Amino acid sequence: MRSKLVYIILFLFLSVLIFNSFIDDNPYFKITSDDVILTIPKGFPKPKYNFKNNTITPEKFVLGRKLFYDPILSKDSSMSCASCHQRIAAFAHIDHALSHGINGLIGKRNVMPLQNLIWKDAYMWDGGVNNLEVQPINPITNAVEMNETLSNVVNKLKHNKVYAEEFKKAFNDTIINSERLLKTLAQFTGLMISSNSRYDKFVEGTIQFSDTEMNGLKIFKTKCANCHKGTLFTDNSYRNNGIKPDTSLKDKGRETITNNPEDNNTFQVPSLRNVEMTYPYMHDGRFRNLQQVLNHYSNPKNFDKNYDLSLNKIGVLSEQEKGDVIAFLKTLTDKVFLYDRRFADPNMK
Amino acid sequence: MATILVAMSFSINTKANKGKLIIDFNNYVGNEILKLDSAVYKNEAGQSFSVTNFKYYVGNFHLRKADGTEYISSDYYLIKEDEQQTKQIMLNDIPEGNYVSCTFTLGVDSAHNCSGAQSGALDPANGMFWAWNTGYIFMKLEGKSPSSNLSGHTFEFHIGGYKYPNNCIREINLKTNNLIISSDKTSSIEIKTDAEEVMKTPVTIDLSKLPSVTDSRNATIIANNYMDMFSVLKINNEK
Ligand code: HEC
Ligand code: HEC
Repeated sequence: MRSKLVYIILFLFLSVLIFNSFIDDNPYFKITSDDVILTIPKGFPKPKYNFKNNTITPEKFVLGRKLFYDPILSKDSSMSCASCHQRIAAFAHIDHALSHGINGLIGKRNVMPLQNLIWKDAYMWDGGVNNLEVQPINPITNAVEMNETLSNVVNKLKHNKVYAEEFKKAFNDTIINSERLLKTLAQFTGLMISSNSRYDKFVEGTIQFSDTEMNGLKIFKTKCANCHKGTLFTDNSYRNNGIKPDTSLKDKGRETITNNPEDNNTFQVPSLRNVEMTYPYMHDGRFRNLQQVLNHYSNPKNFDKNYDLSLNKIGVLSEQEKGDVIAFLKTLTDKVFLYDRRFADPNMK
Repeated sequence: MATILVAMSFSINTKANKGKLIIDFNNYVGNEILKLDSAVYKNEAGQSFSVTNFKYYVGNFHLRKADGTEYISSDYYLIKEDEQQTKQIMLNDIPEGNYVSCTFTLGVDSAHNCSGAQSGALDPANGMFWAWNTGYIFMKLEGKSPSSNLSGHTFEFHIGGYKYPNNCIREINLKTNNLIISSDKTSSIEIKTDAEEVMKTPVTIDLSKLPSVTDSRNATIIANNYMDMFSVLKINNEK
């Protein structure tokens, strides 16, 4: 009886050992130098964030990935970046209109997807952040998000044996500071590039669109592409797309940054790549699905009084036309990106 | 061969003929040396106040000789009233000679406001950084005044902004007529920084009306005030 127990324990011990070594070289999570090559997809413009002062290496990328998925960045170790940014939603958050932060506190805006970030030089719905590297300071220090201080996060990392090892692997010395934390995070998020949707294949000429999708594209080009422009589906401007301000949120949009009353209730035109997966929609998540979005654009009587005049081109869309546009928008879903193993949670093993 | 010789003699030369400069920032309120928390001062509007925190960025130092040649050090420094060692900065490898002026930036130039994560004085963990509207806070003056109607009778001026029309970067130009740098020697300049100037000339700040400036609104008013808070107290030449 007793020896049986010893055998069972031995067996468990061994299997843990074997399993662990299996995880360590699990090819699914392994990052090689091939995985961190930055290739600019065909037809994309020149990136605005170039990794000039932040040379990408597999070790730094892996460290950035670990940090992104680690709740150590929050005050009570309850929240990681990934708590709000879900991979399956192109790193937006499915079903939460407004972000949920530490202690269940509700933020004032809808979580944005993380994709094609290196083509921006103004982040957030109001464009207040001017460089990808400094963006994480916002969620880390926001009282209703991770509620930490940057210096305390750095302290926690300094006193953590695993991170001491990981930073050494990445930088070949023992320095841990906010610059390194922020730069490795930027390597991880900066490589999140979506350029393999059915739409991209259509543009390449390798697949064909259905009649519905084709008609949707045509309507989109004349009525929407003025703002949702080009390969990135945004002209990066700040516009009032006709949605009325939510009086309880008191979000002034771009005016928060410029203090210019003319910018009141304007928000950065979002990219529509992977839009099928990033519901709910708009800066405050007011629309649950694309049907509601199309209903909004198709109902000029209900626009906010300061709406952008280029919306006039849209007019009233028939149900058929709305359906066609939605069918087109769904061609922007990029399964290669959504299931890209490089961005998967390494703790998920 | 000849070029190598010239290059060698040049490098030997430059090394031998260089000195150092210490710049000491001495924080004052009017004619009194600033004492945090306990000392009570009067501002231009006649309101009493005390100071709990005073910090500012300086950098991009240019020392100019009479013939127009310049020594440039583009580094930035964060002067913190509550950390003695931050108030003294050292410039190295200055060619010897007589320097007639010292110019520097109060704040952080726009390129450094946009270049992402940095370390040292510009580490955002120093608490002199706005994350939501990214950019450095160039100057923080915080304190208490019975005239302020904010809770706890506090006042706070957090001034930054590198974009038109709210640019608060200010170029400071001080005459240093008799500053002499000698090779292998260390001269020093004692600079007075008068925190009271934040609240006066050209605009007298009334703490009952404007106890807080923490974004671009009104920031340039304070920036135009703090522009003249520096003056040279003394120059010590080591020869
Ligand atoms: C509590 C939820 C939450 C957490 C945690 C969180 N974010 Fe976000 N993130 C948001 C929201 C909400 C926005 C949009 C904010 C705004 O516009 O004010 C956003 C925006 C962003 C953006 C800007 C995207 C763009 O296109 O402009 C980036 C990049 C980003 N987050 C990265 C991160 C990283 C890295 C972390 C971890 C350090 C993180 N986030 C943690 C909710 C969160
Ligand atoms: C005047 C410029 C403009 C035009 C034209 C325009 N949009 Fe938008 N769109 C915006 C802005 C700005 C937002 C973000 C508004 C906000 O959150 O407050 C937005 C948001 C969206 C969103 C939500 C995306 C998300 O991630 O939350 C969808 C979907 C969308 N637009 C689709 C369309 C379609 C389809 C059309 C054409 C029928 C169109 N837009 C025309 C400016 C425009």
